[in-house]
Amino acid sequence: MSAAEGTTPATAGETREAGTASQAVRRFVQGDLASLRVVIGLAVIWAIFQFENDRFLTAENLTNLMLQITAVGLISIGIVYVLLLGEIDLSVGAVSGLAAAVMAVLNVQHGWSPYLAIVAAVLVGTAIGLLQGSVFTRFGVPSFVVTLAGLLAWQGALLQVLGSTGSININDPKITGLANTFYSDVVGWIFAAVVIATYAGIVLAGYRSRVSHGLTGESLAPLAIRIVLVALITIVAVAVLNSDRGVPLALLILLAFVVGFEYLAKRTRFGRHVYAVGGNAEAARRAGIGVDKIRIAVFALASTMAAIGGILAASRLLAVNQSSGGSELLLLAIAGPVIAGTSLFGGRGAVWTALLGALVIGSIANGMDLLALSSAVKFMVTGGVLLLAVIVDAIARQQRQAAGRV
Amino acid sequence: MNAAAPLLEIDGVSKRFGPVQALDRVDFGVREGEVVGLVGDNGAGKSTLVKTIAGIHSPDTGEIRFAGEAVRISRPNDATALGIATVYQDLALCDNLDVVANIFLGQEEITGGPAGATRQLDEAKMEHRAGELLSSLAVTIPSMRTEVGTLSGGQRQQVAVARSLLGEPKIVLLDEPTAALGVPQTKQVLELIGRLRERGLGVVVISHNLANVFEIADRIVVLRLGRAAGDFQAEETTEEHVVAAITGAGGNGEKRGEEEAR
Repeated sequence: MSAAEGTTPATAGETREAGTASQAVRRFVQGDLASLRVVIGLAVIWAIFQFENDRFLTAENLTNLMLQITAVGLISIGIVYVLLLGEIDLSVGAVSGLAAAVMAVLNVQHGWSPYLAIVAAVLVGTAIGLLQGSVFTRFGVPSFVVTLAGLLAWQGALLQVLGSTGSININDPKITGLANTFYSDVVGWIFAAVVIATYAGIVLAGYRSRVSHGLTGESLAPLAIRIVLVALITIVAVAVLNSDRGVPLALLILLAFVVGFEYLAKRTRFGRHVYAVGGNAEAARRAGIGVDKIRIAVFALASTMAAIGGILAASRLLAVNQSSGGSELLLLAIAGPVIAGTSLFGGRGAVWTALLGALVIGSIANGMDLLALSSAVKFMVTGGVLLLAVIVDAIARQQRQAAGRV
Repeated sequence: MNAAAPLLEIDGVSKRFGPVQALDRVDFGVREGEVVGLVGDNGAGKSTLVKTIAGIHSPDTGEIRFAGEAVRISRPNDATALGIATVYQDLALCDNLDVVANIFLGQEEITGGPAGATRQLDEAKMEHRAGELLSSLAVTIPSMRTEVGTLSGGQRQQVAVARSLLGEPKIVLLDEPTAALGVPQTKQVLELIGRLRERGLGVVVISHNLANVFEIADRIVVLRLGRAAGDFQAEETTEEHVVAAITGAGGNGEKRGEEEAR
C-alpha cells in the first residue's frame, strides 16, 4: 500500500493527472499502442523491399499480396479469439486442410453442388472445434495438448479423405471463383463509398449516444481524424486495386469477416465475456458467465474460421493435396495476430490484428519471393520475426506487471 | 430473537474439501437492515460460508432459507437472482477491462439489435449508470474508461463494492472489505456499509479487524474450526469475549461439535 493510495479520492485523481505527460510514451512501450508500432514496422518492411526490388509496390504485386494473405488472415481471426482466452489452437492448419479436402471430395468425386460442399466443409470445421473445446473444458486437458493431438489426427484424416490419389484438382467455377473473382472499377468505388459511409455512421452514432446520455470527454476532432484516416486508406487501396485487376472478392470476404468478428468481440456481450475469461476466468465465473460455454464456442469459432480459410486457400491453388494446411500455415496464422499486438497471455488484442498481422507476414513472404531468396532464408527470417514479436509481447506484459497492471 | 424472521437463514450447513471439514453444521442468519460481522481465525470457515451463500460452493448437507423459503443456491446466478451480492477479498475484477465493463460484467446492458449474440452493448448507457452509481457512493475514479488494473487498491475495492450494488441486492456479502485499505478509505467503506443498512439491506462483513467490526456491526458471529462458536449482540459484548470465542477460550455459541468430539 503506497502513500498515494491512502489519500482521499480527490488527491488520488490529481496524482494520476500528473502522469498524463509521459502517458503516451508509457502506453507505447506497454503495448497499448502496439498497432502504431506495427504500422511503422510494416512501412519499414515495405520500404526495404521496394528499395531492393521496385516491383514490390506495384498494383499487380499488392493485389497478389492481398490474395496471398486471405487464407492466413481468415484463420488468424479464429486464432485471435483463442489468444484472447489465453489459450492456443495448434490444429487450425490441419483443420483447414481437412475441410478443404472434404469440400473437394464432395464436389469433385461425389458431385455435390459447390454450395453444399462448402457448407459441409465449414460444418466439419465447427464440429471439430466443438469436440476439441469440449475435451479441453470437460477434462481440463491443456488446450495446447488437445489441439496438438488434433493437429496429428486431422492431418491423418486429411490423408484418409484424399485417398490414394493424394491430390484433387478443383475446377468448379463457383469454388475457384472465391479467390479468382475481381470486381470492376465502378463496383470497387461503390464498395469504398459504402465502407466510408458506414464507418462514419457508426462513429457518429456512438458519439450521439454518448451525448444523449450526458457523457463528455470525447471531442469531435479525434473522431473526424479517424474517419478521414479510414476514408484515405480505403480510397488509396481501391485506387491501387482498380489499377490492376480490380477489388478481389477474396479481400472482401476477409474484410467482411474481420469487421463482423471485430464487432462481435468489441460490441457484444459474447465478446465482452471472451475478454473477461481471458483476463480473469475466476472473476468471469463468479460474475455468472458460463466460462466453459464461452471456451467451447471460441474453439468452435476458431476451427470454423480455419475451415473457411482452407476453402479459400484451395480455391486459390485450384487443388487440395496432402500438404494442404501444412505446418507453415499454422505458425503464420498464430504469428500474425501476435506480431500485430494480440497478447499470447490472454485478455488483450483485437480482431483486426489478424488482418494487420497477415499483412506484415504476407509482405515479408511476398518480398522474399520477389528477391528469390531460398526457403532456408525465408524460414529463418519468418522465425526471427515471430520471436521478435513474442519478445515484445512478453516485455510489454512484464512492464504492465511492474506498473501494477497484471 | 427479533420478531422479524431473518431474510437469510443457514441451517446446519456442512462442507468438506477432501480431508478438511471446512464447515461443520453451521447455523447463521441475517435480517433486513442488519450488519452482521463474521469473524474467526484463519481457516475457521468464514470464506467458505460466504462462498456457500454466494453459490460458489454447494453445501454437502444443510438447508438455506431465503425470506422463509428453502432455496437451492448451486450457481452464482442463483444467488444473484435471489438478491445476494458478494464482494470477494480478491475483488474478482478483470484487470484488462475498464471500470464500466467490470461494474457491468455478466449484467451488460444491450441495445436493440437483430437477435441474441449480435445485440450491441449499450456502452453509453452503462457508462452513464456506472457514473451515477459511483458518484452516489462518493467514489472518484480518474476515468470510467480506465483499465481496472491501473487503479489503486482502494479504488479497486470501491469499484468492486459499486459492482455488487448494481443488481439492487437485498443482501451484500463483503469479504475483508477493509483489509487492503488506508485509514480514510476504510472509513469511507464503513460509512458505505452504514448506508447499505439504512437502505434496509442485510450486510455480512467478514473482517479480521475487530475494531472495524465493532464500529459497524449490529451482531457478531464467530466461527472456529468450521463451527459456530459464538453469536453476540455488538452492544452487549466486549472485544475480550469475542477474542475468547475466536481462540476457543470461551463463547456462547452451540458447541455440539466440540461436545461430540470429546
